[in-house]
Amino acid sequence: MNSSTQKMTPEMFEPVAKDTLAQEGVASKKITFWGDVWRRFRQNKGALLGVLLLVIIAVLAIVGPDINSYSYRATNYEITNQETVGDHWFGTDGLGRDIWTRTWYGAGISLLIALLATGFDLLIGVPYGCISGYYGGKVDNWMQRIIEVLYGIPNLIVIILLLLWLKPGIIAIALALGITGWITMARVVRGQMLKLKSQEYVLAARTLGASTRRMLTKHMLPNVLGPVIITVMFSIPTAIFFEAFLAFIGLGIRPPQASLGVLINDGYQVLQLFPYQLFYPALILSLIMLSFNLVGDGLRDALDPKLRQ
Amino acid sequence: MDRNNVLEVKDLHVSFHTYNGEVQAVRGVSFEEKKGETVAVVGESGCGKSVTSQSIMRLIPQPPGVFKHGEILFEGNDLTKLPEKQMEGIRGKDIAMIFQDPMTSLNPTMTIGKQIMEGLVKHRKLGRAEAKEKALEMLRLVGIPSPGSRIDQYPHQFSGGMRQRAMIAIALACAPKLLIADEPTTALDVTIQAQILDLMNDLKEKMDTSIILITHDLGVVAETADRVVVMYAGKVVETGTVEEIFNRPRHPYTWGLMGSMPRMDLSRDTELTPILGAPPNLLSPPKGCPFASRCPHAMKVCKEQMPETTDASGTQRVACWLEHPMAPSVEIPHDLVGGASK
Amino acid sequence: MGRYVLQRMMYMLITLWVIITLTFFLMHSMPGSPLQHEDKIPVELKEQILKQYGLDQPLPVQYVKFLGNLFQGDLGTSFKYDGRSVTELILQGFPASLQLGLQATAVGVLFGLLLGCIAALRRGSWVDNTANIFSILGYSVPNFVLATLLAYFVGVKLGWLPVGLWHGPEYSILPSISLAVLVIATMARYIRTEMLEVLGQDYMKTAKAKGLSARTAITKHALRNALIPAVTVLGPLVINLITGSLVVERIFAIPGMGWMFVDSIQIQDYTVIMGVTIFYSALIIVTMFLVDVLYGIIDPRIRIGGVKE
Repeated sequence: MNSSTQKMTPEMFEPVAKDTLAQEGVASKKITFWGDVWRRFRQNKGALLGVLLLVIIAVLAIVGPDINSYSYRATNYEITNQETVGDHWFGTDGLGRDIWTRTWYGAGISLLIALLATGFDLLIGVPYGCISGYYGGKVDNWMQRIIEVLYGIPNLIVIILLLLWLKPGIIAIALALGITGWITMARVVRGQMLKLKSQEYVLAARTLGASTRRMLTKHMLPNVLGPVIITVMFSIPTAIFFEAFLAFIGLGIRPPQASLGVLINDGYQVLQLFPYQLFYPALILSLIMLSFNLVGDGLRDALDPKLRQ
Repeated sequence: MDRNNVLEVKDLHVSFHTYNGEVQAVRGVSFEEKKGETVAVVGESGCGKSVTSQSIMRLIPQPPGVFKHGEILFEGNDLTKLPEKQMEGIRGKDIAMIFQDPMTSLNPTMTIGKQIMEGLVKHRKLGRAEAKEKALEMLRLVGIPSPGSRIDQYPHQFSGGMRQRAMIAIALACAPKLLIADEPTTALDVTIQAQILDLMNDLKEKMDTSIILITHDLGVVAETADRVVVMYAGKVVETGTVEEIFNRPRHPYTWGLMGSMPRMDLSRDTELTPILGAPPNLLSPPKGCPFASRCPHAMKVCKEQMPETTDASGTQRVACWLEHPMAPSVEIPHDLVGGASK
Repeated sequence: MGRYVLQRMMYMLITLWVIITLTFFLMHSMPGSPLQHEDKIPVELKEQILKQYGLDQPLPVQYVKFLGNLFQGDLGTSFKYDGRSVTELILQGFPASLQLGLQATAVGVLFGLLLGCIAALRRGSWVDNTANIFSILGYSVPNFVLATLLAYFVGVKLGWLPVGLWHGPEYSILPSISLAVLVIATMARYIRTEMLEVLGQDYMKTAKAKGLSARTAITKHALRNALIPAVTVLGPLVINLITGSLVVERIFAIPGMGWMFVDSIQIQDYTVIMGVTIFYSALIIVTMFLVDVLYGIIDPRIRIGGVKE
């Protein structure tokens, strides 16, 4: 046993006071939940790319239409269907309107519709899910029966019917999307509420006399936030897709207003002759969808505690 | 390799690569298992006992796991160097394993019978009918009532205890020479625990199997083990026969373990004393004795250097600076002195 | 199990009834008469036509009649297609749509499964990365954009495959691919996640501890457990395919139900819209029901207990 490199001396065998020892433990890095989420999100290159793309697209959707001098509705019959002419960077359409301006204007409208629709989702879905999940019992039972019936109705059918009835406009489309979209949100929120309700810390807070209101705002909502954010990140691209899809089957907003879907539909009509007119709006639409999906994926992976190590 | 030994683990090092760095889960573990013996490996969670057992079976997922150094000798073969194909021939046939949670360690979409038969078909080259016959026999052997109908049922139709019996049937189907039981009773009700332990002891005699029992429950150790390996922070701190460990433990960590366990043989007034503090972080293990920061008898040297393993008797070995001739003599806490409960 | 099936069946019927009722009343409260575009028709003739279609009767009466006819498979007559029956139109368009849908499903599921499994087993490898990029792109590029691009580049520019009409197997290739990409993407993502989850389960360790080779452990234990939940993707998949068929059939000029539906929306042929809406809804709802039952049958945990634990 004396093969040790160091020479043994009696003083090495003096006892050490205990409290100095307590300090010795190597403290492991403390990582908060959101810090951990951010750490993992940051590592996801795809998600970062998505954020970057979204920022660029959002900025261009806001300022893009004003960068050159053309209005989204100004026609110029001298230069119809020109691929490159003057400072019409994306060319002009059949009425001589500037496609650059119309594309970014359309992107703005598409995003607006998607945000409004998601707003409706949240407005109906979150309270519905909260009430259903928090109160449970009979209330929950009935609310769930309703959801079950509604969930069975195909979204697409309802949206098409509603739009035939409402006549498409920004609000109408957003409303139609929201009316069908909130169910997913309500289910997610309810599921989380049920899960949380059975957890010890909620019971502890309740035992300590926290009020219903406090329970909801201080304890449960913050924990429901993660899944809600993820749901939002996936419902926005779904809404954008549906808007474009509706435009493509003739249920888009009316000219001269334009959304990406309307522009794609217009471009499709002249695809064989002027493919560039379809290309730009289609590219922007795909990029928006891609970015949201990338960010949504990134957030989901980052928020999923199962992957925590 | 000693001919009486089924298994010898020598200076085993296993690490895991994580986001925070390399976790040195096992840092030089050595012990041996004699034929027909039950060796209990005990320690707190995270001390590396499960990693050690899964390393023997080479079940550590790589990555993130890395086998760093050491030998695992089984019947003269170093398992760490065996090609995967040969290792497959040993798993389930010569060395079998039972896991902690019978609720998750059985395939939910395969009948119990088929799960038992798989190993038989693979290792014993049995036909379907023969394998089924043997599976029935195994179910009967592990005490599952009406095995004829149970054999075609799915795991969710079994209770927890029954599932663990089925797990044992799977593990022992090919009559392995060595059975590794990784906390086989931890997930079970207390009443069922004793039944499962009895069953294991019983089958060990019948089938002439050696057992490595991984556990943190000293009660289980007292009831089943012949020898004990005490692990702490990825190292073996003390080994000995079960009598030695229970009657004359020499390592302060073992004292701590004993002191925190309720015992029938001591007076009722004896208070349980928990070990204060927490084990060191194995991302950057201390250079000295890992227990030093929690040890009531720690000395300067403990923090500086890892103590070497010394023989206390023919069978008992300890890694502690208190064994050094220069160390002050420290008495075993008197409330631990009593008869071994075996 | 029997009780469960009955309960689900009841929900199915309620949902269908809600859709039928919703469709009926929305369609009948549309602003303007179905004959609004034919202004030049004399008043007497118009009244005669209204009478012929039963539109002069009170709404509740029409509703009851409509339900009655529906039971006998009579969905009314088209306003625009020279008074042909809607049922006949649906039956005429369905085969092409069905063939397209089945082809896309077969291709999509097969490749999706393969891709998902390989990606999970080779996690982190280039195959996995490529599969991930492919599936997120497949998810993000809207089907009508993809179909348009395929039609334009492969069909028109390269001239490899026909881009319109429906005269033989080669006519179905491009539209099938357009629809299949989303199926592949959905399936691959889902299977990958499931597979990774299964590979981390304890019973996989048990399988390896028995001495099974990695290959056997995967085919005998992992695959089955990963594939069972994949059945649940089939429901949303049918919805995707129907949504897709609306635009893809239009782009490739395929005389299927999708095109007919879009057409009827654009010319506001209300009886056809109603008929197809109900048909689609029934298709989707019945599929969802079948998927639930099928899931119950192939997952032994549900088969006996009735509810998954």
